[in-house]
Amino acid sequence: MKPTDISSPDYFHKVVDCQWACPTHTPVPEYIRMIAAGRYSDAYMVNWKSNVFPGILGRTCDRPCEPACRRGRVEKEPVAICRLKRVAADYKNDIRERLPSIPKQKNGKRVALVGAGPASLTVARDLAPLGYHIVIYDGDPYAGGMMRSQIPKFRLPDTVLDEEVGYILGMGIETRFGERVESIKALLSAKGKSAYDAIFVGCGAPRGRDLDVPGRKEAAGNIHLGIDWLASVSFGHTTRIGKRVLVLGGGNTAMDCCRSAKRLGGEDVRVVVRSGFEEMKASPWEKEDAAHEGIPIFNYMVPKSVTHENGHVTGMMFEKVRAEYDEKRRRSLIPTGEPDVYMECDDILVAVGQENAFPWIEHDVGIEFDRWGLPVLDPATLQSTVANVFFGGDAAFGPKNIIWAVAHGHAAAISIDKLCHGEDVRERPAPFWNLMSQKMGIHEWSYDNQVSLDERYRVPIKDNKVSLKDIRIEVENGYDPALALAEAERCLNCDVQTVFSSKLCIECDACVDICPMDCITFTREGDENDLRGRLNAPANNASQDLYVSGVLKTGRIMVKDEDVCLHCSLCAERCPTGAWDMQKFLLQMTDAGPACRSRSKELTTS
Amino acid sequence: MTYLAKPKLHHPSLPVNRLGYTRRDYEGTVSTLCAGCGHDSISAAIVQACFELDVAPHRLAKLSGIGCSSKTPTYFLGNSHGFNSVHGRMPSVLTGANLANRDLIYLGVSGDGDSASIGFGQFAHSVRRGVDMVYIVENNGVYGLTKGQFSATADRGSKSKRGVTNMDAAIDMVSIALQMGATYVARSFSGDKAQLAPLIKGAIRHRGAAFIDVISPCVAFNNHPGSTKSYDYVREHNEAVNFLDVMIGRGPITTEYAPGELREVVQHDGSVLRLRKLREDYDPGNRIIAMNMLQERAAKGEIVTGLLYVDPQPVDLHAHLNTVETPLNQLGERELIPGREILEHLNSSLR
Ligand SMILES: Cc1cc2nc3c(=O)[nH]c(=O)nc-3n(C[C@H](O)[C@H](O)[C@H](O)COP(=O)(O)OP(=O)(O)OC[C@H]3O[C@@H](n4cnc5c(N)ncnc54)[C@H](O)[C@@H]3O)c2cc1C
Ligand SMILES: Cc1ncc(C[n+]2csc(CCOP(=O)(O)OP(=O)(O)O)c2C)c(N)n1
Ligand code: SF4
Ligand code: SF4
Ligand code: SF4
Ligand SMILES: [Mg+2]
Repeated sequence: MKPTDISSPDYFHKVVDCQWACPTHTPVPEYIRMIAAGRYSDAYMVNWKSNVFPGILGRTCDRPCEPACRRGRVEKEPVAICRLKRVAADYKNDIRERLPSIPKQKNGKRVALVGAGPASLTVARDLAPLGYHIVIYDGDPYAGGMMRSQIPKFRLPDTVLDEEVGYILGMGIETRFGERVESIKALLSAKGKSAYDAIFVGCGAPRGRDLDVPGRKEAAGNIHLGIDWLASVSFGHTTRIGKRVLVLGGGNTAMDCCRSAKRLGGEDVRVVVRSGFEEMKASPWEKEDAAHEGIPIFNYMVPKSVTHENGHVTGMMFEKVRAEYDEKRRRSLIPTGEPDVYMECDDILVAVGQENAFPWIEHDVGIEFDRWGLPVLDPATLQSTVANVFFGGDAAFGPKNIIWAVAHGHAAAISIDKLCHGEDVRERPAPFWNLMSQKMGIHEWSYDNQVSLDERYRVPIKDNKVSLKDIRIEVENGYDPALALAEAERCLNCDVQTVFSSKLCIECDACVDICPMDCITFTREGDENDLRGRLNAPANNASQDLYVSGVLKTGRIMVKDEDVCLHCSLCAERCPTGAWDMQKFLLQMTDAGPACRSRSKELTTS
Repeated sequence: MTYLAKPKLHHPSLPVNRLGYTRRDYEGTVSTLCAGCGHDSISAAIVQACFELDVAPHRLAKLSGIGCSSKTPTYFLGNSHGFNSVHGRMPSVLTGANLANRDLIYLGVSGDGDSASIGFGQFAHSVRRGVDMVYIVENNGVYGLTKGQFSATADRGSKSKRGVTNMDAAIDMVSIALQMGATYVARSFSGDKAQLAPLIKGAIRHRGAAFIDVISPCVAFNNHPGSTKSYDYVREHNEAVNFLDVMIGRGPITTEYAPGELREVVQHDGSVLRLRKLREDYDPGNRIIAMNMLQERAAKGEIVTGLLYVDPQPVDLHAHLNTVETPLNQLGERELIPGREILEHLNSSLR
């Protein structure tokens, strides 16, 4: 195996599992240490730079970082990365002074953003400080997109949303709320002062999939499409629902529907899902939250028909199925032959999927769509087949989540900035990174290297008696500073890297002996598969790299399996020659602006 | 050295032995020795050997004298019996403990200062008495704990860190042990755990006086050019004569060997020492030949390592003294004070 090339940022970036997994590559351990130190505002700003909505995401993020977190491979559960983010937002001081200033002198470029969801807001945040004139359109009267219309207030209070959306709207952005864009042609062909140099489409995936079973049409009055119903609840148009409610579907919309129904008069609220419990699309914690509120989930039941009387729903019939998998692990649902199950109900919420729709994009403007109705895009630049039209968020590749929308927003802002500077949008900027020794003394480091053995702390919540009463009461209270400190201490500081220098190694074995996780082996050379099988502990997790040195004095090489390293520094403390050192790897993505451009060209005024 | 305790967390696939313990369960508190000290590697080899042999921690006693090496029993087998004696007196204390309770495994850990200087006599006598023990000397050629004076095992002509040349003849502990009648004699290197751990295992299963000289570089005072006990020097001059594999019962031979390459020695307790010969002319079954060979090689400047001599049918101190099978500390008042009649009988036999 070739010696590891640590001069490329990817190697150490991958070791920071959470940051690597985060779509916006938030420097997670960096902000967790700040929280532990009580530096909440600093922690907030590290987040704000990367993910734009720390308070919102700290409550709602899909958290791809947590399944990736190394702590989950070392003991039972990952660090509560997401809820620690919320702590930074809850306990920070007023950070408005630290937001970028907006130049009075604009750069003469105008960008239209269609939709005011997280994707567009991110584009606005990245471009407004550079002097762009941003015009943001939304059919709704408020900004926030689905963060406002879909995510229920008991998970995300308006105050949090207003604050963070407000930071962006306060950047001198021209808002056209309540104004639905009906034609992209109109935007593209605007002339003179109202012409746009670039258009960003962040209109989301607004259409809920419907149910097609007998009785659906006859009982339409009591059957609601989940996302439409949630929006109407969010904007206060719907305030009640029947006592007995069936929610169809197993994704996050279904979970929000059932928990909302429980707060609007639903007493017997049930979720009914075609698939098994494990395969449901909702995150494990969403299912837990629903269960905690006394909402049962019925699996392997396929809707068959709606029963009704005088145009009112009376119940639903379901067929019982089981899952069977073919050789390709493709699932089919086979009827079990058991009698159908009938459930009585007063209302039905249909949450069986979400689709894209672009009725306002004319077919003859040159924007191509694929056979699934999604725009044809360069995945890195998000550029469509019309050079100055970019897509992001749910509108780009179908429904995802907020953090992906933010990541797309950053990428699109870079593309737009480069386009407006006459640069090739496909040349992407390298991230900023550095590697710094953390050594302070013989066995003193500038980070807390003692590994906490605590298990994951639960986030305190309100009693059901309180939280089910009012749909606007936030269920979670969040960690208090003491709990936050204890949870933050669980982080292994995976960004503090074990850096090995072969020239200094005398092969005394001290690091091998002290390493609690048996990460390090000195052995003869071999290819990767061979090495993985004969290390001091088998390296079975192929997604984690082996750190391999050049040939040492005895002809052997050093191999470190990164998989379960605790970053405890004991190897470095034990090394008599300093061949191991603990160095902090800090990586930040480059945003739109001079740093993202190859030649900081003057604006090409058209 | 570190201030932190080693975290309790371990690799998810860490195996357990027949007693249900992991290797980590055989560790002690975190070492306070200098970073890179060879002694720590020896501790790790002891931990590995005891784990692999399914040693019940409460059935083992570790004893030591004074020195960095003698401090190490704190850093392994945290759940075993331990006794840190005065300088050079470990062999006597171990002999006494063994006489009182023959049922335990005795592990004596000492240094070259502790055993070749102040405790030289004690070392020699415990070996010649055939005490059933594993006697490990962690040999760095210096008094590490008192800041690096030459010890009695330092080679004539070798240089101290300050550049002073040692003019005294060196004591070769392995030769002395052979001469004193040790029935299991080995030498190894702290930097070669693959060789060392099986040698410790074989010694634990040996029912007589087992002696292992482990060259163990002192990184603080004896790891410079001019030292003959540095990592570099030992690696350059190490001549392994064989490679040991210890089996409990006779297992199938899975690797292919050339004819005459493999030698099996069945010890008294049924354990099998499987020796892979690395040097054709070396025979660990013959004490005289072994001693001669050692001298020849030493004269050529080679540091001979491996299992140098083994007598698979040793006779130990308890056999010499014809003591009862039951450990003395378990005998009751009836056995220990058999009454006036027996005393009379004894006295009259001596008249
Ligand atoms: C019920 C539900 C719960 C969810 N919960 C979470 C969660 O907990 N965590 C998470 O990360 N994600 C969650 N999501 C997903 C998340 O809300 C979306 O992925 C995210 O908001 C997409 O952002 P976006 O910027 O692409 O567009 P959106 O947020 O969808 O915003 C698009 C905006 O564009 C406007 N618009 C559309 N067409 C036009 C037009 N022609 N002219 C003007 N304006 C227009 C819409 O009014 C809307 O405001 C949830 C989704 C649903 C449905
Ligand atoms: C009776 C007595 N004499 C002298 C000393 C001082 N002393 C402490 S350790 C030591 C030498 C230890 O050398 P060694 O056994 O080789 O151990 P190392 O530290 O090298 O491992 C000496 C002389 C002592 N503690 N007690
Ligand atoms: S332990 Fe900390 S740094 Fe490591 S992956 Fe988890 S959150 Fe990130
Ligand atoms: S930091 Fe070093 S000693 Fe600690 S787990 Fe990682 S490799 Fe092992
Ligand atoms: S002084 Fe020498 S023998 Fe003692 S701990 Fe340090 S390196 Fe080891
Ligand atoms: Mg010594």
